[in-house]
Amino acid sequence: MKRLIPLALLAVCVPAFAAAQPIVVASKNFNESYILGEVVAQLLEREGFAVDRKLGLGGTKICYDALAVGDVDVYVEYTGTIAEAIKDLDGESTLARLADAVAPDGIEMLPPLGFNNTYAIALAPAVAASRNLRTISDLVPHGDLRVAVSHEFLERNDGWPGLTAIYGFDWTPTGIEHALAYQAIADGAIDGTDAYSTDGELSRDGLVVLADDRGFFPAYLAVPLVRAALDPRAKAVIALIGGTLTDAEMRDMNAAALGGADTATVAADYVARKGLGGGAGPRRVDADGFWSRLAGNTARHLQLVAYALVPATLVAVLLGVAIFKVAWLARGAVYLAGLLQTIPSIALLALLIPLTGIGVLPAVVALFLYALLPILRNTVTALTGIDPTLRRVALAMGLKPAQELRYVFVPLAMPSIVAGVRTAAVISIGTATLAAFIGAGGLGDPIVKGLSLNDTTLILEGAVPAALLAILTELTFEAIERLLTPGHLRAAASTS
Amino acid sequence: MNAVEFQGVGKRFDEWVFRDVDLALPNERTTALVGPSGCGKTTLLQLVNAVQRPDQGVVEVFGEPVPETGLVPFRRRFGYAVQGAGLFPHMTIADNVGLVARLEGWSPDAIRARRRELLDIVGLSEALDGRYPHQLSGGQQQRVGLCRALMLKPRMLLLDEPFAGVDPITRADLYPEFEQLRDHEEVTTLLVTHDVAEAQRLADHLVVMGGGGVVQAGPIDEVIAAPRNAFVRDLLASAL
Repeated sequence: MKRLIPLALLAVCVPAFAAAQPIVVASKNFNESYILGEVVAQLLEREGFAVDRKLGLGGTKICYDALAVGDVDVYVEYTGTIAEAIKDLDGESTLARLADAVAPDGIEMLPPLGFNNTYAIALAPAVAASRNLRTISDLVPHGDLRVAVSHEFLERNDGWPGLTAIYGFDWTPTGIEHALAYQAIADGAIDGTDAYSTDGELSRDGLVVLADDRGFFPAYLAVPLVRAALDPRAKAVIALIGGTLTDAEMRDMNAAALGGADTATVAADYVARKGLGGGAGPRRVDADGFWSRLAGNTARHLQLVAYALVPATLVAVLLGVAIFKVAWLARGAVYLAGLLQTIPSIALLALLIPLTGIGVLPAVVALFLYALLPILRNTVTALTGIDPTLRRVALAMGLKPAQELRYVFVPLAMPSIVAGVRTAAVISIGTATLAAFIGAGGLGDPIVKGLSLNDTTLILEGAVPAALLAILTELTFEAIERLLTPGHLRAAASTS
Repeated sequence: MNAVEFQGVGKRFDEWVFRDVDLALPNERTTALVGPSGCGKTTLLQLVNAVQRPDQGVVEVFGEPVPETGLVPFRRRFGYAVQGAGLFPHMTIADNVGLVARLEGWSPDAIRARRRELLDIVGLSEALDGRYPHQLSGGQQQRVGLCRALMLKPRMLLLDEPFAGVDPITRADLYPEFEQLRDHEEVTTLLVTHDVAEAQRLADHLVVMGGGGVVQAGPIDEVIAAPRNAFVRDLLASAL
């Protein structure tokens, strides 16, 4: 716990002397965002800035809040997302309007990178060629085509309903899970689907993207968001990327990553090809070797779990011991701990960012809160379940409350308390993989990266050690339980 | 001086269990407290060592009212044994018997000597000292429970149905052993029991409870010879 206090102080103080700190570059946890994060990071490095990468954070809210509190200096966002999801703007969202909207958060919007990652309609090349389809208007009379779109697209106002209103479709496509749509087209099961206009699959599979000839789909222009207080020289460097990236180029880079290329390498190629930045050449920090990466991730993972579990055990056991005699209080505390458990971990992490920033601290706080329930519940249940005759005898014998606890209640409850800690530990090891979403590292890091890259090897690099860690924890606790099991239970086990 | 005096004592949980109880328990005797279940026998017993507090009246023990504070040393002046013995399952026999003496700061030698003195009387050999309660028979556990109650040499022993739930043959062995212990320790005893025959066997003074109070109290022979009413007569008859 002691080591958490400096961390908390750090989180508070970082904005004050950020100039001396490396520039923190973040990204969300999908391919394109990783690549753009790398482009920004490498460009800054080529210009001589020190960079700290927090790539793969778990979503819009986490990235934006982290930027607003100053834990992150820059990440690439989309104009449509700023208008719809972050600021909920009505009416036309011009770049100037969006810039004004983020300014009160101490955030500055730099010029768009060039490409527009919006919705699109994509067709199998053979179909598009045989029917000579180039625009969405061309598609209207072809209700016989097997078009399947994502369920979300079918429902959203900026999806099919809006498209029908503008283009006058008199037919409705079927629904399909977006992740399956490209495979379905490749298999010839469907003829077309909705897409994001920079999806790597579009160029990988040579699909034809129909032009939005009536300009229906809102713009999702990629724009770097930076902290307004960031060094102006750094802002100028990031602004260099503005206008350099076309839809096709972004699509090709996504396709390369989809094909297994490292996002850092894809980004480095781009920066070099465009001749961005100074002449220092690609200065990509070479990825660590497998074993040292594994050791580092595992150590961080264990650190997260230990920092959460030790204080959670102390708090839950002491709380349980303090309140178990007051039935309504004990019930209330267990209920409250149960309520914490129902908050989805990503939501809890996102809620914590304004208070704690991103990184280790919110991850530890979240794991701590999740660990409370199993320990508290087992402690309270075990203590309240002690034979009332024994409680009466202890009282009548003249044991002081502290002596009752030490000599009778706690030893009798111990096996159950240890079982609660064991449950909490195993849950924590699983949940700690989500800490990667807020830049806390650990074994979740390769998992999150692997999920976005669809790279099974990378996913396993995190998942297998996490599973082994969970098993190892079970074994360790079995040993601890044997040590702490009161003599009568051990004797019972050996005689039976 | 009486061992215990109840002066206008009442106790209520949701409803009054009993009220206006005036009763004296003679010193250096064994008093049995009998009556149908739910009549408040156990509650009355627990008022003596302040495990329960009265809602009405005053309880005096050896001439002094039960204190408001300092209950831990007060409770240690009594021995207390219950049905099923109530031994702590995670402690050895030696630790069960010696726990409070250890907390009182007795030396290990003194604890061992006193423990052996008591356990020898009830015929439990030293070989059992390191066993856990579940490794003993029910009768052996109850003997340990009685010895634990007597460890600190109390002036008064409070027994709450300690012989209930023991099979009749074992119980027949336990009675004389209890009497040996009691006479060796010269301890005033209050025995709660639902078994009138047991009361006749072990006690010389009888208190009959029922209908929210004490119905009759006195030397056991007198009560048997002259039951105050049909309730007492029927209760006594159930044992004969």
